[in-house]
Amino acid sequence: MADLHPPPPCPPGTEPLVAVRGIVNSFGAQVVHDGLDMDVMPGEIFGIVGGSGSGKSVLLNTILGLRTPQAGQVRLEGRDLTKLGPAELRAVKRRYGVTFQHGALFTAFTVAENVKLPIAESLALPEDVLDGLAHQKIRLVGLPAEAAHKYPSQLSGGMVKRAALARALALDPPLLFLDEPTAGLDPIAASAFDELLLYLQRSLRLTVVMITHDLDTIYRTCNRIGVIVDRRMISDTLENIVQNPHPWIQEYFHGERGRVLEQALRPSAVAHRAPSGTGAASAGDGVR
Amino acid sequence: MFLEVTHRDGERELRPRGHWRAEHAPQLAREVDEFQPGAGRIVLDAAQLESLDLTGAFFLRRLERRLAVEGVEVRWASPRPEPLEFESGVVGDELPAPRPENPHPPIGQVGRWAVERGLEARGAIAFLGSVCLVFAGAVARPKRFRAASIVRHVYETGLQAVPIVALIAFLISVIIAYIGAQQLRQYGGEIFVVDLVTLAVLRELGVLLTAIIVAGRSGSAFAAEIGVMRLNDEVDALRAIGLNVVEVLVLPRIVGLVIALPMLTIVADAMGLAGGAVLSFLLLDIPFNQFLARMQEAIMPTTFWAGLLKAPVFAFVIALIGTYRGMQVRESSRELGRLTTVAVVQSIFMVIFVNAIFAVAYWQLDF
Repeated sequence: MADLHPPPPCPPGTEPLVAVRGIVNSFGAQVVHDGLDMDVMPGEIFGIVGGSGSGKSVLLNTILGLRTPQAGQVRLEGRDLTKLGPAELRAVKRRYGVTFQHGALFTAFTVAENVKLPIAESLALPEDVLDGLAHQKIRLVGLPAEAAHKYPSQLSGGMVKRAALARALALDPPLLFLDEPTAGLDPIAASAFDELLLYLQRSLRLTVVMITHDLDTIYRTCNRIGVIVDRRMISDTLENIVQNPHPWIQEYFHGERGRVLEQALRPSAVAHRAPSGTGAASAGDGVR
Repeated sequence: MFLEVTHRDGERELRPRGHWRAEHAPQLAREVDEFQPGAGRIVLDAAQLESLDLTGAFFLRRLERRLAVEGVEVRWASPRPEPLEFESGVVGDELPAPRPENPHPPIGQVGRWAVERGLEARGAIAFLGSVCLVFAGAVARPKRFRAASIVRHVYETGLQAVPIVALIAFLISVIIAYIGAQQLRQYGGEIFVVDLVTLAVLRELGVLLTAIIVAGRSGSAFAAEIGVMRLNDEVDALRAIGLNVVEVLVLPRIVGLVIALPMLTIVADAMGLAGGAVLSFLLLDIPFNQFLARMQEAIMPTTFWAGLLKAPVFAFVIALIGTYRGMQVRESSRELGRLTTVAVVQSIFMVIFVNAIFAVAYWQLDF
């Protein structure tokens, strides 16, 4: 397998795939977002960063159309989500896949049934085709074929994240939203997940929007970063954002943990680390 | 049409065309499965293929595999499309893992069932035992009763249930009085409607109906609350902090319900008698003071207590079953639903069963 890098920047003038304009979200007197803007270009891995309680998950729910903002608009592929009817919204929702922070697998279903659910709900297909497609997605995220008939409670944390990714990819969406995909994973499993993501992103030409706190993941995978500070978003390429003078951003990237990583990874260390196999579950992903 | 067959130079050419994407999967499945390969060589050409995603690649590979199984020699005129190469690289020729079969023969399943029931019975007895132990410990050191928690459960299971219990008790006794009035009128014994209503409500119906409503309301709530706490690892967190789960979660619910259910029963008794009195007045022209006087004659000093005595026993049974089933929840949301259902069904059954035991005992004791 070739070396995996964050995707290259988009040529200027490209129409953004996700365009968020002037979002206002508040809970009672507490204003979370106040005129937040965000652009995600096709083919990029966009990382959303922010302190606890800065409204990362609220922003994600707003973009997904699960929450209506008090003001502002969200355009996915040019369509304004805040103005769509239920049927159109359903069609838009088929264009993206989501993984939630804790996996959110349906605990009453096996992994295969979890992956089949979105496919069977939107497409009338015979059972053996559904089985085949589920098998494909399960193998794609690096789970062993036998994992198909396991229940979520029988999986390790890393396997749950992979199974959630398989379900998110079920309908081959061009756009993927990930909420803390590597949180709670050990460094080996997290690193394997980063590589899997880069590999899938390149092979399937996905656009990925990812909420993460994992500096390692940010340096490995993201080509642009949006930081939520002061209820708005500052977004730029990784190289530029680390130079941003905002004190929170400075503390985030150049604090004790950031400095260590910076030295270890930049500028070329990423390319030298041998990628481990993405086609099979890594050592850290054993069945519990 | 996603598949096009042409003949050229004595060779058959098969051209996938258009968008082989997830949204067209049903039609792709149909065309690939209905394609008749026949005999002889086939040349595959992807020149007309406008787009291909992984679902499309799945169907292309399915087509290739069908052709191979039928013994058709296949050659690609164009390079194999990139998503197909990628898909084949990931999945290869591996087939979906078969669903694991149930490894136990029928006779083995009977044995398994029996062993599981035995273990469950042991678990239930152990649970009862630990409740008793914790209760004994709490009697020795009353601080362990957790007054705030008990008050909350008395409020939720008792006070909040007053309107529904009152309404149902009223309506049921109206029905009893109505049926009694119809039958007794034939013998001119309308006044005995008062006896019927009074005895039925005070001895049996008041407490039984209240217990059944509470089993549906609070038995399910106990099982669901504790069940969700188990799914969230909250129960393990309590244990890790060093708290006794039975003391924190189970005992306050049992004590709370044992306090609340008798009080609800008194409300139900009062409303039931009121219902009987109202119906007697409207249908049989028995004035309220006559109803009261007749009621005094109908009951013995023990009648009210015969009903009320059952309430704490029913409360104990309902709370014990609800909390026990909640504690059994593990792993999935389906288990939560199943065990909540079990909690309600079992506690209603047990309430009726215990009521039958009381009836026999009262008969023997002439109570």
